[in-house]
Amino acid sequence: MKPFTYERAKTPADAAKAVAARPGSKFIAGGTNLLDLMKLEIEAPAHLVDVQDLKLDRIEPTQDGGLRVGAFVTNTTLAADERVRRDYGVLSRAIVAGASGQLRNKATTAGNLLQRTRCPYFYDTNQACNKRKPGSGCAAIGGYSRQLGIVGTSDACIATYPGDMAVAMRVLDASIETIDPRGQTRTIPMADFHRLWGTTPHIETALTPGELITAVTLPKPIGGTHIYHKVRDRASYAYALVSVAAVIQRDGSGRVAIGGIAPKPWRMETAEAQLPRGAKAVSATLLADAKPTHDNAFKLPLVERTLAAVMAEAHTVKGA
Amino acid sequence: MQTPGDTAISRRGILAGSAAAAALTTVPLAGADAQGAAPAVAQPTTMKVSLKINGTNRTLDVDTRTTLLDALRENLHLTGTKKGCDHGQCGACTVIVEGKRINSCLSLAVMHEGDAITTIEGLGTPDKLHPMQAAFVKHDGYQCGYCTPGQICSAVAVLGEIKAGVPSHVSASLTGGFEASTAEIRERMSGNICRCGAYSNIVDAMTDVAGAKA
Repeated sequence: MKPFTYERAKTPADAAKAVAARPGSKFIAGGTNLLDLMKLEIEAPAHLVDVQDLKLDRIEPTQDGGLRVGAFVTNTTLAADERVRRDYGVLSRAIVAGASGQLRNKATTAGNLLQRTRCPYFYDTNQACNKRKPGSGCAAIGGYSRQLGIVGTSDACIATYPGDMAVAMRVLDASIETIDPRGQTRTIPMADFHRLWGTTPHIETALTPGELITAVTLPKPIGGTHIYHKVRDRASYAYALVSVAAVIQRDGSGRVAIGGIAPKPWRMETAEAQLPRGAKAVSATLLADAKPTHDNAFKLPLVERTLAAVMAEAHTVKGA
Repeated sequence: MQTPGDTAISRRGILAGSAAAAALTTVPLAGADAQGAAPAVAQPTTMKVSLKINGTNRTLDVDTRTTLLDALRENLHLTGTKKGCDHGQCGACTVIVEGKRINSCLSLAVMHEGDAITTIEGLGTPDKLHPMQAAFVKHDGYQCGYCTPGQICSAVAVLGEIKAGVPSHVSASLTGGFEASTAEIRERMSGNICRCGAYSNIVDAMTDVAGAKA
């Protein structure tokens, strides 16, 4: 690990200022992803600004009946919150489908959104990777790509956003609150938070340098049957090959977002309109522009079949 | 309590000696190309941190890079906590911080100023085992023992999480109470790997302790 200096900020505005003030600075929250990458020297910040004292660890009701989740709320706390379990079941389910109990106790809401890809070529510093070293090429293209993306990828990068929590937040139409080094706050819809790779895969989110996530807001509950179905190589503690977050209403309408296949949680309102016609129609719309590799073409039928399983489960729950 | 490494020549002493010798003869690898790296080469920085380890306050001067795991093992010589993968994948380094189990390898010591930390040495002693330690002995919940301190710290915390209403991936309902069933224990312990494969006996030990509590 490269040497670095460390400070604890006292307010969100001070934290944002501190990171902007020194080149090569980074925020640290739970640290479960950042420290892993620092040990491999994929990340090498010269200065860390710890955000644990910013009092961003609360879950509070909003005026319009939703919930405001502080950026520093841990994955375990969020998944176990009584209101989340009751009204946003898809979010609890998605969180407990990811990582391990130990990691969820430390990993935070904002950190989870910012976790970096698990592409093996990103992790292997001997390989070309446009995300790790812009302009160096992509060893994953033409390499071993079974886990990697099938849609929304580019000629520069075929990595996926690996998380589960964000897929549920996308289906719930969550939004992300931030503060920048000038003290300006703004709200970013989940739909716009993660970027498609394009020609700049090293730029992964809509955040500007020094901009700090302060909270994630969930709109008021929409009812329906909440399902998170994750397909992976092990029964536990593995990244998704494909995952489906869904909220299905009694009349068969609903929302679905797919994880494990793209640079961001993959959701299209035009595809959701196809829900009454079945999984094949939804999947065909979602994956119309898919460009799978030889290794990961299996994800196309896997998306359709996972969607079908989710819709069947929703039907069973509804009928019960 | 017996201190590990009391014997004149311990296995640990030999291993530590060889590691130091190896370090002296190893040329550092060229740094990876890292985005966001500092323009100037940063110098190592040390900081003071106070930790409440197993009920005792300890103040340390540590390099900022020191993980909680390395602070426990190298600075405080509490070698019960093990380093397995050092990347949060195996669970051998699991300790309980402020009542919650975490991977001590993926946390910096300086991030834990004032925190109460329980390691395997703080759960029980050879003369007075924690009920979970006693259950692991009774059910033979290990073979080589390397993952065992992490397994036991995790196991103690898992039963607490079930009681506190933390759901898991295999919980049938999110709103009902959660039980220490075999399926729940297996899922919740998936962050602790045992290469000897003592899993079924670990489940038996945990089931025993969970039943005794009910």
